[in-house]
Amino acid sequence: MSTHPAPPPPPAPAPAPGGAARAALLVLADGRFPAGGHAHSGGAEAAVRAGGVHDPDSLEHFCRGRLRTAGLTAAGLAAAATAGLDPLVLDEAADARTASPALRATSRKLGRQLMRAARAAWPGPALDALAAARPRGAHQPVVLGLAAGTAGLPPHDAAHIALYESVTGPATAAVRLLSLDPFAVAAVLARLTPDLDRAAEAAATAARAALHDGVDALPAASAPLLDLAAERHARWKVRLFAS
Amino acid sequence: MTRWSVTAHARITAAPDGRGGTALPELAGDGPLALRRSRDRVTVVGAMAAPLGGDRLRLDATVLAGARLRVGTAAATISLPGRDGAESVYDVTLTVEDRAVLHWLPEPLIAAAGSRLRTTTRVELAEGARLVLREEQVLGRSGEQPGALSTRLTVRRAGRPLLDQELSFGQAAPGWDGPAVLGGRRAVGQLLVVDPAFEDKPVAARLLDRDDGLDGSHASDGGDALVTPLAGPAALVTAVARDALTLRRLLDEGQREVVGAPW
Repeated sequence: MSTHPAPPPPPAPAPAPGGAARAALLVLADGRFPAGGHAHSGGAEAAVRAGGVHDPDSLEHFCRGRLRTAGLTAAGLAAAATAGLDPLVLDEAADARTASPALRATSRKLGRQLMRAARAAWPGPALDALAAARPRGAHQPVVLGLAAGTAGLPPHDAAHIALYESVTGPATAAVRLLSLDPFAVAAVLARLTPDLDRAAEAAATAARAALHDGVDALPAASAPLLDLAAERHARWKVRLFAS
Repeated sequence: MTRWSVTAHARITAAPDGRGGTALPELAGDGPLALRRSRDRVTVVGAMAAPLGGDRLRLDATVLAGARLRVGTAAATISLPGRDGAESVYDVTLTVEDRAVLHWLPEPLIAAAGSRLRTTTRVELAEGARLVLREEQVLGRSGEQPGALSTRLTVRRAGRPLLDQELSFGQAAPGWDGPAVLGGRRAVGQLLVVDPAFEDKPVAARLLDRDDGLDGSHASDGGDALVTPLAGPAALVTAVARDALTLRRLLDEGQREVVGAPW
């Protein structure tokens, strides 16, 4: 780690033409990529305990809401980071979009873990500069967007990964917490894919607008129960997942 | 519904009157947004049913340096469908200068069946400004499915983002009544308090629901509320409840937690 003051992060490199980096999308989106996401349930553990999520149908309802709120907001930030918006400005925008301090802490912790994995996989000056400017972790979607750009992926792909993570985390957790049939949960995820594609399109469009109009053009969709559940979950003495 | 859609732009400017009170150099109601004043208080009185599909309403309030202003509404605002299913828009811009105080405390916004409304509230705060802002949304009148409602609240302080949240409900917002968003409840609200004093003494995050188990694992029947410190000098109370009365009780309780002595 450098001890020099960080220069402002340079813009992320232009995406590789023609989707040449498609395999990088698979590596970055893979749940086995060592970025720490497996330890988090995306609010599902609290929703299961509160009784809101109890079977594949209620899981689907939960995931649809999470995708359209926290997922879309993360996707907009990620796509904007890939598109070249200043990551520190996006980091501040992520704070303003995250009312729960427990969720802000989780996002920064996941950002720190992803940063470590991403710098090993796709070293580059943009990631180095953000790591130096936010040593305790930048918000995860911002790191994700920079990592995607460094790997040669376009903003749209960064949005897809953020959205995919926003539902696979709760889905995988629900299988463990409720002993749900993994085939039924795979079917839930498959049914969410049209919503996911539409949200990725919306996030990428917003990121393009934000290049001219600033971060206010990015989605800020929020979900009151996710905030409530996160604060409640953070107070439990015993839990299976970190969030 | 019988009337055509309207476009209206109301304006309020508050200034110190030099004797410790508030002057209103500008108080301009327009169309459905009629304004009444008493001392440092302005009440928005609905001069006709609004917003109705297709309406474009705008309300700007500015509190100049050192002034105090309270704004409320005489009754709940009901979003109603128009003739052709058009969306209505209600934009509010609030500007609070240094040493100025704004209490923005409207009655709830009710999204009636078949309505389509998009609201934006943009708040620009100077570094030394103080704000109490409440927003309440009720999804449908009693026993009806709600129309489409989306509300965006963007608060900037000293030019930097402090809070940016959008809530969307109804058919165009999949999952809105599910376990991640409202969990079947029909009333949701927020109370935001911005005060430079929170720089040194931020509020602690705290749940307000009372019928919890000891570990706080279970949601209560009537409603849940949460007090959180934001990343800047501000506290946000978020509440979700079965009805507007329970919601208000939770937000009032949150306000008492956050604002010790009234200011």
